[in-house]
Amino acid sequence: MQKDMLLGSEAIAEGVKLARPKIIPAYPITPQTHIIEVLSEMTAKGELDATFIRVESELSAAAAAMGASQAGVRTFTATSSHGLALMHEVLHWIVGARLPVVLVNANRAIGSPWNIWTDQTDSMTQRDLGWLQVYCETAQEALDTILQAFYIAEKIQLPFMVMIDGFILSHTLEEVLIPSQDEADEFLPPYKPEYFLDTNNPMSFGAAAKGDIFYMLRKSIEETMEGSFDYIDEAHKRFEKIFKRKYGLIDTYLLDDAEIVFVVAGALAGTTKVAIDTLRKNNVKAGLLKIRYFRPFPKKEIVDALKGDKKVVVFNKALSFGSSGQITQEIKEAFYYEDKKPVLYDYILSLGGKEVFVENIVDLANNLDNLDKFKILWRE
Amino acid sequence: MDFREIANVEYLNQGDFACPGCAAGLSMRHALKVLGDETVIVMPASCWSIIAGGLPTTALQVPLMHVPFATAAAVASGVKNAFKEKGEPDKNVVCWAGDGGTFDIGLQAISGAAERREDIIYVCYDNEAYMNTGIQRSSATPPGAWTTTTPAGNPLIFEKKDMFNIIASHNPTYVATTTIAFPNDFYAKFEKAKNATGFRFIHLLSSCPPGWRIDSKDSVSAMRLAVETGIFVMMEKEGEQEIKVTYKPEEFKPVKEYFKLQGRYKHLDEETINIIQERINKRLKKLNLL
Repeated sequence: MQKDMLLGSEAIAEGVKLARPKIIPAYPITPQTHIIEVLSEMTAKGELDATFIRVESELSAAAAAMGASQAGVRTFTATSSHGLALMHEVLHWIVGARLPVVLVNANRAIGSPWNIWTDQTDSMTQRDLGWLQVYCETAQEALDTILQAFYIAEKIQLPFMVMIDGFILSHTLEEVLIPSQDEADEFLPPYKPEYFLDTNNPMSFGAAAKGDIFYMLRKSIEETMEGSFDYIDEAHKRFEKIFKRKYGLIDTYLLDDAEIVFVVAGALAGTTKVAIDTLRKNNVKAGLLKIRYFRPFPKKEIVDALKGDKKVVVFNKALSFGSSGQITQEIKEAFYYEDKKPVLYDYILSLGGKEVFVENIVDLANNLDNLDKFKILWRE
Repeated sequence: MDFREIANVEYLNQGDFACPGCAAGLSMRHALKVLGDETVIVMPASCWSIIAGGLPTTALQVPLMHVPFATAAAVASGVKNAFKEKGEPDKNVVCWAGDGGTFDIGLQAISGAAERREDIIYVCYDNEAYMNTGIQRSSATPPGAWTTTTPAGNPLIFEKKDMFNIIASHNPTYVATTTIAFPNDFYAKFEKAKNATGFRFIHLLSSCPPGWRIDSKDSVSAMRLAVETGIFVMMEKEGEQEIKVTYKPEEFKPVKEYFKLQGRYKHLDEETINIIQERINKRLKKLNLL
């Protein structure tokens, strides 16, 4: 273990290096670029024994990752925003093919109009694919999540998407503990798939399936998703044992006695914690629920955390137009059969990088009684 | 070539889903006889997505990966590099795509793979329209030809996209056109492609009885006539060498004979046929064949 000051992007590249992928196809897009620049450098210097494929589009990045993974090697790619959208068709195919590709998405708005700043529209609109999704708060969490992602994805044969906030996490320096290669190897064994493109055992992958078989295959994906909680839990315990850092499906801050709870995914959790400290000084009992895993969605943990007479403000950085913020939808759904439901506020806090300051959150908490819980709430 | 030398081994199982007379099935059968069992096929959406058989069966005795329409060359790049990383650099990673997946939706990925000098063989079996979806025009559809989206014939303002030269301009290891109607030419070109490394591209003319509106017994004759009338020229380019035409009939037949066989051209009047004949002559002169 070694301590260093790293950009979020550099921390991710360190995590990827420690995971020893063999193929990294990637196409540049702001704000993901630093990740793939550092990985290019690592492969060029021989620090990372992998092939970096400079593809001509994100569609091809996803496609090449899929091919490499189907050939049976550990595969990583990274993208953002429009890039993730362009990958969409292949992201579906990777799930159907049950390939454990790990992808980092630097969360960024999608045009029109052009906007390079952060929100979660890109990954939220990919939530139904069958990729696992984790939203990271810090560079350390991002690095650690990469190792966990490969471990879990390869156990359950589903792909894994790791989210960091563009710029806020990707382009800021943070003190990061970098595990040693030996520690990483102890955590993450080499990838040995059962089925792959093998000329000694030729078989066909992805051939047309009629309804009965197709239905059964899709059901098995959902069953794997539901069963993945056990593997995630095992990965977290294993991780804590080796690296002494503890992770869960969700994270909380001053939640137990909180009367107002903010729900956040991503780096905004940091700002929210400062706002909560300010509110607590003024005797407002505020707390935080950080959603780490969005897929699979940890309903049970979230219901346990939010039950009681709490007022819950869900901070969304994306929305499903004509409905509500996606995180709000998920929490409402989780509470449908619960007798006691919290009061939920569906707040669209930021899109396209609209700045969120501590005082915005403090003001919001102080004006909570004026908010209409039946409407999507917008800032001035 | 002595036909007794053709490998007796079959990599195409009995009982595939090709239409009677389908040249795409025939082409695969013979291509695999050359390529052998150290071959992996990457297949985008095409007639072959069906021909290969439904899950859990497969028509091929080599590993096969079905992939989305636009992605074959990119997927193959990933597959090949993964084999290299695994210490198995000699596998033939072969894209097997139709004209839609090559001339149209897959072109960007092909250009990328060719430019990156990916060590793959890309085979396009060109039946000159989207046949699997029911005969819609592609940019490989020749001017004049009927399809369901060109009900009055593909307008003469269009030219079939010049895929050979598009690929050749990427300076690949090998680029060739051929058809299984000329097995000697076909086998020689697949041998060359197999024995080279780097980006290799083979464009196959591939007749389609339902789409071309021909009797299945005329499938091979139609492809032969395409070559003998000069509407399809069999040629190749190896590395830096000049383009070489690999077959020249003693005398080119009029294109009318090729059209006559096919229902997709039956609406063409004399004037239109003459315009198309002029275009063919012009191209043949350019290639020093007339």
